Amino acid sequence: MKSLDELAKIRDEARKKLEIRDGESGEKTKIIVGMGTCGIAAGARETMGAVLEELEKRNLDNVLVTQTGCMGLCEQEPILEVEIPGQPRISYGKVSADKARQIIARHVVNGNIIGECGINR
Amino acid sequence: MSYFRAHVLVCAGTPCMLKGAGAVKDALCREIERAGLQEEIRVVETGCLGPCDDGPVIVVYPEGVMYSKLKPEDMAHIVQQHLLKGRVVENLVYRAEKEKAKSVVSLEKKGYLDRQYRIVLRNCGRINPDSIEEYIANGGYEALGKALTAMTPEQVVATVKDSGLRGRGGAGFPTGLKWSFTAPIDADQKYIICNADEGEPGTFKDRLILEGDPHSIIEAMAIAGYAVGADQGIVYIRGEYNLSIERLQRAAARAREMGLLGKDIFGTGFNFDVQIRTGAGAYVCGEETALIESLEGKRGEPRLKPPYPGVAGLWGRPTVVNNVETLANIPPIILKGAEWFRGIGTERTPGTKVFTMLGDIANQGLIEVPMGITLREVIYGVGGGIPNGRGFKLAQTGGTSGGCLPKEFLDLPMDYDTLAEAGSALGSGALLVIDDSHCIVDVLRSFMKFFQHESCGQCTPCREGTFRLYELFSTLAAGEAGQDDVKLIKELCQAMQLSSLCGLGQSAPNGVVTAFQYFEDEILRHAAGECPAGVCRNLSAGTRAV
Amino acid sequence: MPVKSSTEPKKSLSQVIAEHNSDPGALLDILRDAQEIHGYLSTAVMEEVADQLDIPVSRVYGVATFYTLLATEPKGKYIIRVCESPPCHIRGAVNILETLKEVLGVNPGETTEDKKFTLELTSCLGVCGVAPAMMIGDQVYGNLTPERVKEILKTYE
Repeated sequence: MKSLDELAKIRDEARKKLEIRDGESGEKTKIIVGMGTCGIAAGARETMGAVLEELEKRNLDNVLVTQTGCMGLCEQEPILEVEIPGQPRISYGKVSADKARQIIARHVVNGNIIGECGINR
Repeated sequence: MSYFRAHVLVCAGTPCMLKGAGAVKDALCREIERAGLQEEIRVVETGCLGPCDDGPVIVVYPEGVMYSKLKPEDMAHIVQQHLLKGRVVENLVYRAEKEKAKSVVSLEKKGYLDRQYRIVLRNCGRINPDSIEEYIANGGYEALGKALTAMTPEQVVATVKDSGLRGRGGAGFPTGLKWSFTAPIDADQKYIICNADEGEPGTFKDRLILEGDPHSIIEAMAIAGYAVGADQGIVYIRGEYNLSIERLQRAAARAREMGLLGKDIFGTGFNFDVQIRTGAGAYVCGEETALIESLEGKRGEPRLKPPYPGVAGLWGRPTVVNNVETLANIPPIILKGAEWFRGIGTERTPGTKVFTMLGDIANQGLIEVPMGITLREVIYGVGGGIPNGRGFKLAQTGGTSGGCLPKEFLDLPMDYDTLAEAGSALGSGALLVIDDSHCIVDVLRSFMKFFQHESCGQCTPCREGTFRLYELFSTLAAGEAGQDDVKLIKELCQAMQLSSLCGLGQSAPNGVVTAFQYFEDEILRHAAGECPAGVCRNLSAGTRAV
Repeated sequence: MPVKSSTEPKKSLSQVIAEHNSDPGALLDILRDAQEIHGYLSTAVMEEVADQLDIPVSRVYGVATFYTLLATEPKGKYIIRVCESPPCHIRGAVNILETLKEVLGVNPGETTEDKKFTLELTSCLGVCGVAPAMMIGDQVYGNLTPERVKEILKTYE
């Protein structure tokens, strides 16, 4: 890194890429799994596994799966969030592997937000 | 400002709007006017309230009743019955209110982020911690760039000093002042140490920052290095924090690849690198001089102060030791300025604090709120109150070395000085809520068990004191102690506070001392063979509620 | 220090010490690596470290016994660390410990006869949001109930 301009260039490129990924100009749905220690301790690895498995089984390749750190709502771990382009980001709590499969079937595929869904960030 | 006796929140999230929330709101306002309540009731549009499947949704406060699947024609009924006569319209109440959402984030969480102000946790839970690009896309490393290219080291120190930032590890020492001790010293080598040996029970804010936003710490350490003239940074991190260690190592490697660590950063000739060192399981190493001993490959026993590390620290060189949360505040302060930071929190303690809410509280977890927030706001607001219909007994602030505060202190604004005056501490921000099903002696016994295990054994008051206190509380809980033992406990506490070498022994008795102030009767009854809460099995349960 | 990986071939103690430039300042890291190689820090290992670093054995012993993650006794294949700090205590850590004692048939500090598990108590693991919690090896488990503990132990069969 030799100058501020260089940093700004990287920043702008990264933003552009994120926008595409976030679906503002693209059309990908994003699934975000909280993978902090709390999340993992509560079973986030199993949740993540179920998500990947279900996406593969259903051949959904326009869905992007990513991880994030803990947001502080440890009581609700594992937390899974779904962001469909043009819709608010929906957070689900206490997402077991089964629940994750349901979320993919009902929310990601059919666009129905499940029941008493959570916080709009 | 006029006073409204009730607020009606109308969800204006996309799903609700699609289902006709606009028409519902218009009908609601019409009906309120028709009933002549427009001066008393305020209608507010909000973001998504959650139950999108069942929209449109409104919530009536102060009761917090949620109505769902509404049609414009329902509004007359709700206004007439609920707002005018105070009768809840049962058949329109959101059904899950009764079931309390088993597997999805429940309604109480809707205010979870609204009530917070996130500086330190700005990226946690938002970005992929393994991606330096995402950090940069959110303004990462711009503060380092600004400091290196547009500020002198003196200006950086002055900005941090002016911001009023105080150390978030527990002691609350002004960070800028700490830096200003080290900066002017002429030495062949100086060090920046990030204290990530988070061991205070009930505290995991640092882990969350390291796991969720590792680059913010690396950036802040480089800024600190520039400010005081150090080219080496060391993160001393708990050996148990595997994920934090991995993420931090990956982050440092990526920063190195991009030239944000290493030689000639931003072409300014400034060199800085960070190494990650892990602890091996010793609470006392969170104390800065014990930490330095440990880094030198020795037993983690605290040093006598002075000299302070700022003058003679690691390998005898001037060393700045800052906590993870403290450092995470640095980049935003550099970018937005001292004035901005001073505008948040209280006058004596500007900024925010990360609290961990634990124990008998509905929403266990972690929040970042402005300094000066009250216990009540945290516990009953963001925390969602006490579950299972129990009552509040006490809150311990500041971790296991903090004091026990009864309900009289619920409205105390929390910052370093106010809590210290109340006999407790803000400490690391741990907040342990204990409901009225618990026994004070049993709770204190668990505190003392912790300290007798973690005392490093170097000085006698702490080594023997923690051991005896645990023993005494065990006999008290077993019904084998008398009034003399209670007297002995008090004496021991005093001796430890006055004569222990480091903060561990000095603060270990805080919980006991405050418990004697506010729960003495309950403790004394144990010496008389009675446990009012009915927890201590060998004792008879009390006849009256505590 | 690189992240330890089980696929890397094990190094010898001398190699480890050489990597740290025979620096007594790196004693803690050297002991941790030595434990990785030998499973625990036997008297022989401690003596060799002291010898190669040219420091008294007493200093090595002092450090080895100071830190809870270092062991001077042989341990089971998996070390179970149950958090006993107040936040976990409040949320019922006692029941978790009782369950483990019952299922494994050992007390804290002891190792099962098949040398598979060592049961230990630990101070706060920093996952209080999902209390009560325990660690088995590097893996953290939270929201424990006696039933969940039994299920988890089965996965280590």
